[in-house]
Amino acid sequence: MSTNHGRSPVLKVSNLKKAYGAIQAVGGVSFEVMPGEIFGVIGPNGSGKTTLFNSILGQIKPDDGTIALNGKDVTHAGPLELNRLGVGRTFQTLQVFGKMTVRDNLIVAAQEHSGSMFSRIFAPGDSGLGDKADALIKQFRIEHVADLKAGTLSYGQQKLVDIAMAFMSAPDLVLLDEPCAGVNPSLVGGISNLLKELNRNPVMAKKTSFVVIEHNMDFVMDLCHRIMVMVEGQVMAIGTPAEIRGNKQVLDAYLGS
Amino acid sequence: MKKTTLLVIAACVLLMLVLPQFLKNYGIYLLTYWLIFIIATMGLNLTVGYAGQKSLGHAAFLGIGAYTVAILMKAGFSFWIGLPAAAAICFCVGIILGFPALRVQTIYLAFATLGFNTAIWLVMRNEEWLTGGTFGINNIARPSLLGFSLEKNLPYYYLTLGVAVVMAMLLLGLLRSPWGKAFTALRDNPIRAESLGVGTRSYTLLSFAIGAAYAGIAGGLLACQVQFIEPSQFTVGVSIMMYLMVVVGGPGYFLGPVLGALVGVIAPEWLRDVPKAAEWYLPIFGAAVVLMMIWLPDGLLSLPDRIKAKRQAREASAARAAVGQTANLGAKS
Repeated sequence: MSTNHGRSPVLKVSNLKKAYGAIQAVGGVSFEVMPGEIFGVIGPNGSGKTTLFNSILGQIKPDDGTIALNGKDVTHAGPLELNRLGVGRTFQTLQVFGKMTVRDNLIVAAQEHSGSMFSRIFAPGDSGLGDKADALIKQFRIEHVADLKAGTLSYGQQKLVDIAMAFMSAPDLVLLDEPCAGVNPSLVGGISNLLKELNRNPVMAKKTSFVVIEHNMDFVMDLCHRIMVMVEGQVMAIGTPAEIRGNKQVLDAYLGS
Repeated sequence: MKKTTLLVIAACVLLMLVLPQFLKNYGIYLLTYWLIFIIATMGLNLTVGYAGQKSLGHAAFLGIGAYTVAILMKAGFSFWIGLPAAAAICFCVGIILGFPALRVQTIYLAFATLGFNTAIWLVMRNEEWLTGGTFGINNIARPSLLGFSLEKNLPYYYLTLGVAVVMAMLLLGLLRSPWGKAFTALRDNPIRAESLGVGTRSYTLLSFAIGAAYAGIAGGLLACQVQFIEPSQFTVGVSIMMYLMVVVGGPGYFLGPVLGALVGVIAPEWLRDVPKAAEWYLPIFGAAVVLMMIWLPDGLLSLPDRIKAKRQAREASAARAAVGQTANLGAKS
């Protein structure tokens, strides 16, 4: 990306390693994600994408290597601390709060980001986040279900709520684990456009970077600025969608001719 | 919180203010007993119903509250010092009981809390120097307020009602604040909650501590109502019964404990005078709970929601059918 010159990366992963017994799930992976960049991670099943994600997000402890967020070492930070530092995420499977309304799902996604825990007993029920939530609800075009319990929505609608939640706290970096999994093809384009919109002109008026794991190649090639191909825990290539498409090694190993 | 809930609360309080005028002494005593269990199960509803922590040790806190007030009053302290002390001690012990919940969940947590209840019960039974052992503590006096004696059943009833209303309002305020959302998030999906910055550790501990404080206050009121306490009032069986009250009423429904305690405390007492009914109460109650878990797992108060959801589904499918018909008509013409 030409806009990266002179800027420091939001996320810098250096020589990350994680083994499960004899299996080296991630074997020395390094990459950087620049501010505002959409960074795709692709690779066959078992290539270590999810292990990489879980290490970055503090769900599992890496064996070696470092992870830095805006220059700060977060290799050993847990999910809670990472979120407070500005990392949002979505999960491979649906993870909404089923018995809360869609609006409350979004509010709870950001309410812990300001003030002390004690002060929140006396805060208004929506923590002053009602307008912000409504803006995102509008952007995601889910106004008609805003007051329904999230657990009663269709899969696609819940997926949208799930993604919206990750953006409520105006994060610097959002990690999306298969945002299109299980979504019907007509909605895939919608999600892609939404993510581009959020990246260009987020509701929170802030440049947000994404890291996206996804198996849907059209989606990845269309959305991402740069793509990293992982095979057997190693980085096979990093480059623009055009470069990745033209990489013979990648074509042989993963994309197929 | 819905407007209807507030209206129902107001109607309930009004009814409870007037009701004793039509009741004999025993009826008033029973109503007081009901209110005490409403306070205790309101706390349990926070822990179990809102925050999703399966606790089977709630009677231990009821006991700690009761013994705290009884022991302090026997030592010459006022009830008005004893009651806050009971709440404070239960709050602290509640935090300690919360720690296992950070490691284990569901049925394993239930077992851990059950063990805790047994341990507390053993302390009540064996530490005679403090608790009077199996003989318990008797002749516990009732308090007075601003020189006005609450010795008789009626004024004590009004004291309990007042405390219950204050505790209900505090809980309502808490649940409407961001804390309420955080507790629900913790219950619905703790891993997701943590990834959104919700401090699940703190909220888990607090859900136990606040729930325990409610039981502590209920226990203090119980000690002065019954005026005699002994370990068998605070066994694991009582914990299970309180858990059932929450489940029957509707976990996570604000008014669930009101209904649950009615079924769990008042019904068996009423039925005591009906020939044969007393023997049959527990089997019938047990069978009813089994059937309810099958057909109405979210408790009695989930019934209106369920009817509403059914109606919405019907309307939605009717709307779809109508759209389909117009589409067909459009295709034909």
